[in-house]
Amino acid sequence: MKHLLSVDDFADRPAIEAMLDLTERFVAVSRREIRKVPALRGRTVVSLFFEESTRTRLSFETAAKRLSADVMTFSVASSSVKKGESLLDTVRTIEAMGVDAVVVRHSAAGAAARVASWTGASVVNAGDGRHEHPTQALLDAYTLRSHRGPSLDGCRVAIVGDVRNSRVARSDVKMFHALGCEITLVGPPTLLPERLGGWPVTVAHDLDEVCGEVDVLYMLRIQRERIDQACFPSLREYASRWGLTPARMARCKPDTLVMHPGPMNRGIEIAAEVADSARSLVAEQVANGVAVRMAVLWTLLGAGGTVV
Amino acid sequence: MTARPQPAPTSDPPGPGAGGVVRPGPVVLRSRVFDADTLRRAVARIAHEIVERNHGAGHVVLVGLYTRGVALARRLAAAIAGFEGVEVPVGALDVAFYRDDIGLRPVAPLGPTEVPDVSGRVVVLVDDVLFTGRTARAALDALLELGRPRAVQLAVLVDRGHRELPIRADYVGKNLPTKVTEDVRVRLAETDDGPDGVEIWGPEGGEG
Repeated sequence: MKHLLSVDDFADRPAIEAMLDLTERFVAVSRREIRKVPALRGRTVVSLFFEESTRTRLSFETAAKRLSADVMTFSVASSSVKKGESLLDTVRTIEAMGVDAVVVRHSAAGAAARVASWTGASVVNAGDGRHEHPTQALLDAYTLRSHRGPSLDGCRVAIVGDVRNSRVARSDVKMFHALGCEITLVGPPTLLPERLGGWPVTVAHDLDEVCGEVDVLYMLRIQRERIDQACFPSLREYASRWGLTPARMARCKPDTLVMHPGPMNRGIEIAAEVADSARSLVAEQVANGVAVRMAVLWTLLGAGGTVV
Repeated sequence: MTARPQPAPTSDPPGPGAGGVVRPGPVVLRSRVFDADTLRRAVARIAHEIVERNHGAGHVVLVGLYTRGVALARRLAAAIAGFEGVEVPVGALDVAFYRDDIGLRPVAPLGPTEVPDVSGRVVVLVDDVLFTGRTARAALDALLELGRPRAVQLAVLVDRGHRELPIRADYVGKNLPTKVTEDVRVRLAETDDGPDGVEIWGPEGGEG
């Protein structure tokens, strides 16, 4: 594997499961006193974030550092992009410094693939517009598998909320489906995709109908920065109909798990009491994110071996 | 144990140094060096030597290197328990992330690292074949990040020569002069099909 741009870059289910197995090794490293291995010593990883995301950037940079790679941060706010440099010129500039992997976050779908076509370095898509966020899907799958695994066959997952604008939902649907889960998308019609041709999902609009049936409630963030028109009357109305409130949680099965990609809008898509409850996997998702990204960087830069 | 060429049926990739030479043509079984009985005796002798040299087994921790080193470490522990009455802790070490040939050839983790507390103990690293010494070097780095042992020793079933680093074993089952083009395969009931044994494989036709 040279790049990770989409969940589709995994050839099949065993390829995904191999990545999740590898993640387990890095979870073990992350639990040690010395949370670092020399695996990618001398390699350089650059994080190229055209969209604000402190947590994802820190997660990737921590992962790279725990593999002993050198990390360069390309911060758009203080860079030549502000002066009008094109994406191509930015990539050429970075490549000229000698990098082995580029972690790209961009507001335009396909940006990471475009960067991959320009550079000899490995490219990891850390979120491109409304398109995909494959490492989020991997860490979600890893987290869920550590509770419901080893097989996720038949695990019922509801993905709730702003599916239309969510790259997390797009990657998670592919990922959970590949691992055998049954997926239901829940949300107001205005926040679900207009066409679902080919999506391996069922659709519901009433969260109360669904929440008693599922094993996992995956709550999506209301992305106020991407919602450009009135898709629901008010945040308060959204919270009462599609938010995960304690009352709604009480109607779920006692072992239903709650996930969220973060950052959470407490009181909108998820109530604080639910987010902090024992059934919430949110903190684990963040912790596993570092190990998953170590596994991805190791696979792209270390494991395969480019013969010199 | 990955630092040696190891064609099918085992999955260990070829080693980095001289052992990484790509040999054309098929390899054939040249000779059987150990059968199950001699292998058992060699393990028993190493177990005795470990106890003798460390004046007992009370401070010893056996740490096997994946895959066959782990099985051998467990056998050594069982042997020591048998004649000394001491349960020696056994660990398993994966050195994949510590190798010096990452990026040069495929490297994959072989199993979870599970090592008991080694601080202040005498750690005996256990592997099946000592070849270039690069796996042992990686193992030292991996081990020292888990604690500060009082001493580290190395036990191997076979020393086949061709060292590329200044590393030697403290306990050796058998010194086995080999050609670089040959391949020493250790078979253990725990990890391989068939009975225990050590075999030398080499290129077809003559002395390579």
